[in-house]
Amino acid sequence: MSELLVKNAYVIDPINRIDGEVMDIAVRDGRIVEDVGPKATVIDAEGCLTLPGGVDSHTHVCGTKVNFGRYMSPEDMRAGREARRGVKHATSGYSVPTTYANSYRYAVMGYTTLLEGAMAPLEARHTHEEFSATPLQDMMANTLFDGNWGVMNAIRDGDQDRVAEIVGWTLSAVKGFGIKLTNPGGTEAWGFGKNLTCINDEVPNFGVTPIEIIQAMIRACETLRLPHSVHLHCNNLGNPGNYACTLGTFNQIPDLNEKRQTLYATHVQFHSYGGSDWKTFCSKAEPVAYTVNNRPQIVIDMGQVMFGKTTTMTADGPMEFNLYRLHHDKWSNHDVELETGSGIIPVFYRRKNLVNSIMWAIGLELALLVKNPWQCMLTTDNPNGAPFVKYPEIIALLMSKKYRDAEFATVHPDTGSKVVLPALDRELDWNEIAVMTRAGQAKALGITGIGKGHLGLGAEADIAIYPIRVGEVDPAQEYGKVIDAFSRTKYTIKRGRPVTRDGEILVHGENTTIWVDPKMGPGHDIGHDAEFVKMFDRYYSVRMSNYPVQDEYLKRSLRMETEAVF
Amino acid sequence: MIHTDMVCPFCGCLCDDIVVETEGNAVVRVDNACTLGTHKLMNASMDRLKGPIMRDGAGWRDATYDEAIEYAAGVLLDADRPLLYGWSSTQGEAQGLGVSMAELLGGVIDSTTSVCHGPSILAIQEVGHPGCTLGQVKNRADLIVYWGCNPTEAHPRHMSRYTTYADGFFLQNSFRERKLIVVDIRKTETASIADEFVQITPGGDYAVFSALRAIVRGRGDVVPPTVAGVTKEQLERIAEMCKSAKFGAFFFGVGLTMAPGRYKNVRNAIELVDELNRYTKWTLTPLRGHYNVYGSNEVFTWMTGYPYAVDFSRQIAFYNPGETTAVDILARKECDACLIVASDPGAHFPRKCLEHLTSIPTVLIDPARTVTTPLCRCQIPTAVTGIDASGTAYRMDGVPIHVKTFLDLGYPTDTEVIGRIFEKVQEVRHP
Repeated sequence: MSELLVKNAYVIDPINRIDGEVMDIAVRDGRIVEDVGPKATVIDAEGCLTLPGGVDSHTHVCGTKVNFGRYMSPEDMRAGREARRGVKHATSGYSVPTTYANSYRYAVMGYTTLLEGAMAPLEARHTHEEFSATPLQDMMANTLFDGNWGVMNAIRDGDQDRVAEIVGWTLSAVKGFGIKLTNPGGTEAWGFGKNLTCINDEVPNFGVTPIEIIQAMIRACETLRLPHSVHLHCNNLGNPGNYACTLGTFNQIPDLNEKRQTLYATHVQFHSYGGSDWKTFCSKAEPVAYTVNNRPQIVIDMGQVMFGKTTTMTADGPMEFNLYRLHHDKWSNHDVELETGSGIIPVFYRRKNLVNSIMWAIGLELALLVKNPWQCMLTTDNPNGAPFVKYPEIIALLMSKKYRDAEFATVHPDTGSKVVLPALDRELDWNEIAVMTRAGQAKALGITGIGKGHLGLGAEADIAIYPIRVGEVDPAQEYGKVIDAFSRTKYTIKRGRPVTRDGEILVHGENTTIWVDPKMGPGHDIGHDAEFVKMFDRYYSVRMSNYPVQDEYLKRSLRMETEAVF
Repeated sequence: MIHTDMVCPFCGCLCDDIVVETEGNAVVRVDNACTLGTHKLMNASMDRLKGPIMRDGAGWRDATYDEAIEYAAGVLLDADRPLLYGWSSTQGEAQGLGVSMAELLGGVIDSTTSVCHGPSILAIQEVGHPGCTLGQVKNRADLIVYWGCNPTEAHPRHMSRYTTYADGFFLQNSFRERKLIVVDIRKTETASIADEFVQITPGGDYAVFSALRAIVRGRGDVVPPTVAGVTKEQLERIAEMCKSAKFGAFFFGVGLTMAPGRYKNVRNAIELVDELNRYTKWTLTPLRGHYNVYGSNEVFTWMTGYPYAVDFSRQIAFYNPGETTAVDILARKECDACLIVASDPGAHFPRKCLEHLTSIPTVLIDPARTVTTPLCRCQIPTAVTGIDASGTAYRMDGVPIHVKTFLDLGYPTDTEVIGRIFEKVQEVRHP
């Protein structure tokens, strides 16, 4: 029995409606409890800001394309080298660091739970292997279904049950968490070098449209009672004028779940572009945020762009090829048979570049214009908009108009006529930041019930203590202190055990992989369906029996079982 | 007993539809595998050492696993600059342990990549890699190019599982609907069935790629009448075939990576494929040799940031192929101990390197007697992944496959043996 007492913590815990109460937090065997005995280890938080462990509901840290980002980028590796020390492994990399580097840097920032945003089912084993080398966070993987042949055929045939059966079978087989759709239909079109422009184009050879895929998958998600909603990367990413496609998508999302959103729209910054070409490119954050404000069934994440060097990577293969033709640096692509694809290119976002400056502004505008912080998550779509180590700066930008203005003065001089950012006075408070970085993310993922994102009794004792006293700092003026505090916790506690102290890694931990296993009941086992088996036999390059990820790939496993209701 | 859907641990194709029939601990029949795979699986027990052996004067003596493991750990701990080499024919789990051990020892870890597709990786690091899984080729490709390789003999099922003879979703009769181009310096078995065989003079690859790129870009006017023995007419014909394909798949082997020009050849190939993607869909895949050499690149990369040749002597991961690659370290007589795992440098390395191997304490972890055995001071036999050990392997296209076992011959796995050596190392080195 291990016991820990965090004393004098200035706690903000939005899920339990605690907003700035100085209190003690008692922990026994990794869970938060009423009280502990006199022998408990004591950590004195000294009145410092104490939050539930950070949750990142959309990041790219493990898996085939992430690893290929490392593989193709020795120059990036040289940027983040640290020596082995104590329990800490040597680290490399800045925008696509090694698994250890990702884990340590997230832990130092107080993050304890991460969702890998995109896992190709066929290559799921790789993601799980990297999870086992990510020691300090609990991990989940959204599973890609954007170009899934079985799903698209079922939709074309009008067989909604079959869509859910295939999704359920696949999630169980690959130990995935939720449904990810990246440029639905577009990645299949990319199989022959094409793309789709928006939600009503027909996917070549499959006779379905993106909006049909999105709606069928939303219904399947609810049929399977998945904790998280469909996680959508909209069509037409990154192109001027694409906000219309984004709004067209948002306007057709039903409200099907009382407990959480029906749709999680990712990196909406990349989907809020006006204009008809790069010369007329401008922000359309306002209509997008307005739509989100009127649709409680939608949660978005910012996909904030920050200036500097990064590596973009997404299952949106055709988009990455277009980006490659703009940047002319280097390009990797990896199409996955019957399922999805991906692309990777390095990018440098420049303040001197007008388009990049507008992109930077749009992310902030979205976060400031979406009224309800539970509907807008703070992310960079790591590493696409920026590496996650930029989160503290983004927090400070959202809390301080002064900081925003100071930064705005350094971007491309024409930006002012293309964005509304300078006109926005809103400054987020500590509670709103806590929502956008942990409570709201856990709620959107549907993992508050397993004790994530809050500090209530029975919750996982994932706690971040930041070296800042809320009452003594005005974040609107002293934004530098905010950045420093969120960059390095005083303590990060994972499952009741301090894992970092003042930036130092204290333990070599072991994560839990959280996955979802929908039970479908008799008559819905697609694994024995003759057509489904035939599709495997004929068109996959691995045998069906070799496809599922064995239990041994999950060192610690948390299986969330759901009961499908057809 | 019949074991179905087994995975062949021979080449980078990692065929996973193998049927193995065993009687007790003997393999009596293998179905679906190629000649090479069948030979490996049928002769699962051949040439395998019964237990560890150690040098005893001019000869050998038997040793226990405890003794051999103790010796290996001692040798590594005593070394100033240990080299941990090989890793291509073992499971990913063992590779991961190898990396952690190299890190703790401040040693160098390298895989056989540095003598096969190392140049491909250098090229990818410069210009990227437009690739795909092999099933994508099977289902879509109507044009296949094999360049500097001979899959008929080196990857015998590559063409039947993934390319020339493999029917797919968009090609119901692949052999008739697909075109095949083979480029090589000599007419190989594979070339004999090609629609176009392009015979180039040795060392001419780079020039031929450049000419093709010029033609594809519409600058055929700068191309001379022949390039490296290939006529301009043929180059123009091929360029047109490439541009008009619906989906082209380019495969290349060490005939390209180790030819004069080396990684620049591969870079030029990738840039040709990039160029072709402006017209239609093209992908490129290195034909990897050992069944899990790609796995070593993957594991090394997520743990250290680099795919091979990682030097931990500065406590950070340092990578500089040509300096931190096994051949270079041995040729410079730099390392003072060597652990070789699941590979056979004795059969492939330059003589100068092998001479150095014999002069330092070299430990070999390998199931069978190999050409490397005589160069070592100690050999520890282990189970063979895919026969009597299971584990993870990465196919040449990056698809990870769980390799299964069908025999129990009582040998420890590579993971177990390396894990035990690592434990001994940790007892001394861990803070």
